[in-house]
Amino acid sequence: MSFDDWMLALHVLSAFLVVAGLVLFWLLVLAVRRAETAESTLALGPLTKLADAAIGVGMGGTIAIGIWLAFSVGGYELWDPWIVAAIVLWLVAGAIGRRTSLAYGAGVRKAQELRAAGRSGPDAELLALNRASSGVVLQALASLVVLLILADMIWKPGA
Amino acid sequence: MSTLFATVRADDQNLPLFLHVLGAMTLVGGLFTGAAALAFARRDGRWLRLGYWSLLAVSLPGWVLMRIGADWINSEQGWDKLPEDVQPAWLGIGFAAADLGGLVLAASLVVGGVGVYRLRSGKGSGLLRTTLVLSLVLLAAYLVAVWAMAGKPD
Repeated sequence: MSFDDWMLALHVLSAFLVVAGLVLFWLLVLAVRRAETAESTLALGPLTKLADAAIGVGMGGTIAIGIWLAFSVGGYELWDPWIVAAIVLWLVAGAIGRRTSLAYGAGVRKAQELRAAGRSGPDAELLALNRASSGVVLQALASLVVLLILADMIWKPGA
Repeated sequence: MSTLFATVRADDQNLPLFLHVLGAMTLVGGLFTGAAALAFARRDGRWLRLGYWSLLAVSLPGWVLMRIGADWINSEQGWDKLPEDVQPAWLGIGFAAADLGGLVLAASLVVGGVGVYRLRSGKGSGLLRTTLVLSLVLLAAYLVAVWAMAGKPD
């Protein structure tokens, strides 16, 4: 295997890591809908960190290695339409991901407040925050954009 | 390989490849999520069930899609017409991981299904721990397969 082959393999593995993180986030989206106490909300923290790490490393790996490959592999340029489209979609996915984190962060902050106040029972406001439809919509949008990036990588429009 | 990477495939190969990769990503995503939930659960029945259902509802359909796409792209690219002794190593690694991995996935789902049934009657979670171990083994095997399919070692 050449160095480019290794980089391509790492690029693809990074993309798999992004999808793995997204699937784990879908599980968390489902799980948090039933979390009505501070404890059950905050208990999702370790899995959230794992999903965040998978997406962070995966997103970083795809863009850094992807740009490197665009320069290194013959026949491609960074300004090829499908590569520009992939970079734009990557930026959109990142922006949506940050909005999704903010949407679910409200529930985490509320849970921290409840715990600090010593309120361990069910809380209607916390449940409403955990069930906010904006988070689900943003998560669905992020998944759709990642799907579009995959389609772009396969079909390479304009190549 | 870089030259191959730089070529644009015939249009009729794109859809099967897309389905193959999408299935593989779903499979790996389900394994990652299922293993994470099973490991996180310790003895919490709800998380054990969520982990099991991630494997059943995400990984299994992903495996089916990946395998159908694999046969389709294999046929479109004409690899199936070559004698086995001249087929590239990465293809063998891919098919071995897909087929043996499918058997292990089926075994882990059966064992996990019995484990979830036993949870209802208040019995232990030992079988789901076996499912967790099998999921981690599968995850490692599929990551090697992804590396082989993407990097295409000689």
